[in-house]
Amino acid sequence: MEYLLAFLTGGLICAAGQLLIDLTNLTPARILTGYVVAGVALSAAGLYGPLADFAGCGATVPLLGFGHLLAQGVRQAGAEQGLLGCLTGGLRAGAAGIAASLVCGVVCAFLSRSRDQN
Amino acid sequence: MHLSSEEYARLVRQAGPPSPLGKDCLWAFCVGGGICAAGQALRQAFLAAGADGETAGALTSCTLIALSALATAFGWYQKLAARAGAGTLVPITGFANAVVSAAIEFFPEGRVAGTGAKMFTIAGPVIVYGTLASAVYGLALWLAGLI
Repeated sequence: MEYLLAFLTGGLICAAGQLLIDLTNLTPARILTGYVVAGVALSAAGLYGPLADFAGCGATVPLLGFGHLLAQGVRQAGAEQGLLGCLTGGLRAGAAGIAASLVCGVVCAFLSRSRDQN
Repeated sequence: MHLSSEEYARLVRQAGPPSPLGKDCLWAFCVGGGICAAGQALRQAFLAAGADGETAGALTSCTLIALSALATAFGWYQKLAARAGAGTLVPITGFANAVVSAAIEFFPEGRVAGTGAKMFTIAGPVIVYGTLASAVYGLALWLAGLI
């Protein structure tokens, strides 16, 4: 059941992104940026938490979920550290994903440089 | 034969291929949903191995990112993305793909000015505006706490 919910919710979020691509000519960078900021906003409005509880990875794997993660981090760190937590909370929560992407990027570039990309 | 511009546009629509919008969305829905379901399977496995919820979530993201990086390095992810569009772009694997493909593509321009700089072409704006939004939200919460 939870797999079905994850599939359907994640699929709908991606289909909405496809509509944005086909109907508005937004570039991928703008769509990804928009999704993350929208995730922060939805989480701040208290809407994304219930969705993440309901759909699991269907809500957390799309980049909306990354925004939700940043907002959650800020909520938690702000409660513990006050104003400093407003700055540290977001990136601290997102650190694993960002660092994993950067490390994988550099390692793949060094290892696959001799390979033709086409 | 004389045609008004409206009639001409209608004829072009009839003669052209059917709009791919529905097909694009179906591809995005199935592939994006599949990536999320795969994430759910990873999460269950990490939870079963004894990780708490937060750790399992972070491990799931890192595993998906590593798999996406591998698929990007072998050129498989780009092939899938050509059909799946937003289905491969919107999940966290799409973020990883944007970083890794730029890192590989610009390697000939140097380790620093190529790989190091260009991998932030798409990741940079995402991190910048995500961090900005979260800081603004945190500031709003802090101000609300003062009142």
